[in-house]
Amino acid sequence: MKPYQTFDHTADLGLLVTGETEGDLYANAAFAVFDTITDLGRVEALEVRRIHAEGDSPEDLLVNFLREILYLYNGERWLLKEIRVIQVKDNALEAEACGEPLDGRKHEVCKEIKAVTYHQARVGQTADGWEARVIFDV
Amino acid sequence: MSDVKLRRLDEYRWEVPREGSMRVPGMIYASAKLMKAMGQDESPRQVANVAHLPGIVKHSLAMPDMHWGYGFPIGGVAAFELDGGVISPGGVGYDINCGCRLMATNLNHEEIRPQMEKIVTALFQHVPSGVGSKGALRLSRSEEKQVLAEGARWAVKNGYGSAGDLDSMEDGGCLPGADPDAVSERALERGKDQVGTLGSGNHFLEVEIVEEIFDRDAASALGIETGQVVVMIHSGSRGLGHQVCDDYLARLVKYVDRMGIVLPDRQLACAYIRSPEGQQYLSAMACAANYAWANRQMLMHRAGEALERALGLSPRDLGMRLIYDVSHNIAKIEEHVVDGKKMTLCVHRKGATRAFPPGHPALPEKYRKTGQPVLIPGDMGAGSYVLVGTERAMEQTFGSTCHGAGRVLSRAAAIKASKGRAIRREMEDRGVLVMAAAKGTLAEEIPEAYKDIDEVIRVVHGAGISRKVARLKAIGCIKG
Repeated sequence: MKPYQTFDHTADLGLLVTGETEGDLYANAAFAVFDTITDLGRVEALEVRRIHAEGDSPEDLLVNFLREILYLYNGERWLLKEIRVIQVKDNALEAEACGEPLDGRKHEVCKEIKAVTYHQARVGQTADGWEARVIFDV
Repeated sequence: MSDVKLRRLDEYRWEVPREGSMRVPGMIYASAKLMKAMGQDESPRQVANVAHLPGIVKHSLAMPDMHWGYGFPIGGVAAFELDGGVISPGGVGYDINCGCRLMATNLNHEEIRPQMEKIVTALFQHVPSGVGSKGALRLSRSEEKQVLAEGARWAVKNGYGSAGDLDSMEDGGCLPGADPDAVSERALERGKDQVGTLGSGNHFLEVEIVEEIFDRDAASALGIETGQVVVMIHSGSRGLGHQVCDDYLARLVKYVDRMGIVLPDRQLACAYIRSPEGQQYLSAMACAANYAWANRQMLMHRAGEALERALGLSPRDLGMRLIYDVSHNIAKIEEHVVDGKKMTLCVHRKGATRAFPPGHPALPEKYRKTGQPVLIPGDMGAGSYVLVGTERAMEQTFGSTCHGAGRVLSRAAAIKASKGRAIRREMEDRGVLVMAAAKGTLAEEIPEAYKDIDEVIRVVHGAGISRKVARLKAIGCIKG
């Protein structure tokens, strides 16, 4: 089962992400972003990138983390295949992303996600683990 | 479903009464029919939320194409005093100076009807569009900074169009106060190879014909007549603008906490206009706005080249000339009269178009008598409108009107509704030849994803905040 669902927002894209642990939650959010941008079946984990993000609340951390994740594509033209969250503590996060540079002959960009918004962003614990909600500008 | 109370004032206006810590009431321009759709989403709540911002004057306004945004509603207009008022990146939007431009040509519909396939193919091949599209130009950092400082002037200086075009753009295609040093390295990186590209999503280039004229004098001042072929471009500041917005949002959420500004939505993060943070955002915003003008100027030039090639015409025979270029995601420092008092205000237009009246000093000589041309694109099938600004807009909406049809279906719902349908074929049956870079775009942009443009225009015309001049019908469309 996909660790995320999309929800309707008139102009944009909403994602509802789940994870067993807080770390899974952030990793799944990053996965959801790239699963939306491209066909991950065609992306290989050839390079490693370190990701660091912090915030003043779990929601702020989520938005700041997704900013870094989105910049991989929007700024560096790099596609993420997998991500491992090494540590989340005190609203700071360390992660390792694996992927490769975008290659127009090999990859397809299905949809652009241009920015992540604070609008109704939420991170919380549920009976089964963690859940986050976030809206993107597309 | 919005939880906000609405009080109907007259046929076209609804008040959101002031309550809680709202500083001013809200005012939504809509017919009963449009209000029904608006009430289904959270946009009326967003009108109320904007009314919480410090220094807001008179009303938090919304135009009839309003829909749910983040922070500000899309279709929102809000003006702030310079002393004690704020500037909000979310009130400008991610795509800073997203806007439309309309060009006239010497062609008429009958002449080009048999050649549409050729024309649309040429435009599609010659005008870079689609996700992550790159232009033919890759700017060095110093060139890119010149684009940010000079806007459309840079494009003209580099051979795209002519100096006369600058007259037909808001602010002559260059906002003053642009300081490239206020723009981050990340934003510069995103902008280095996208100038002169259309982009994806709802951005487009359309070949249209003038279908109906409502105001003969104004149409003649704009240089358009029935049956004439015109070209409309809708694009903005691409990745650079998004990054500028994002960078300053990140900074300003911290600033509002520090300053103790309480907001109902973090996406409304803002800075006092007079503060260093506010001034810096305004400088960066001006840079992105200028990038967008350079972008549309280059796109216009490319479109002209494509048409010349497809039809074997000289530039003189094609006769492409800029009618006007409007911004619909921007904040500007303007003079307005509020309750009989002249004030300098910072007017945010988030999915709204400036609509200055006849005689306004910001208008070029040729439009002084008619008022500012206002360009309103509809959905792919319906076509677009040309309006002009009015004195009533100056009195009621800080010289503003709508910006489009406004979405009514989410992108996901539109994709669902278009399942199993041949959208391109459907559009052909409606007389529009469409080419899109990405498969999904056409599904997301199906006509029923948007409100009825005729109804939106009926409201702004009926309420008197702009006046109908002409209706245009799309015959060819390039989508990203």
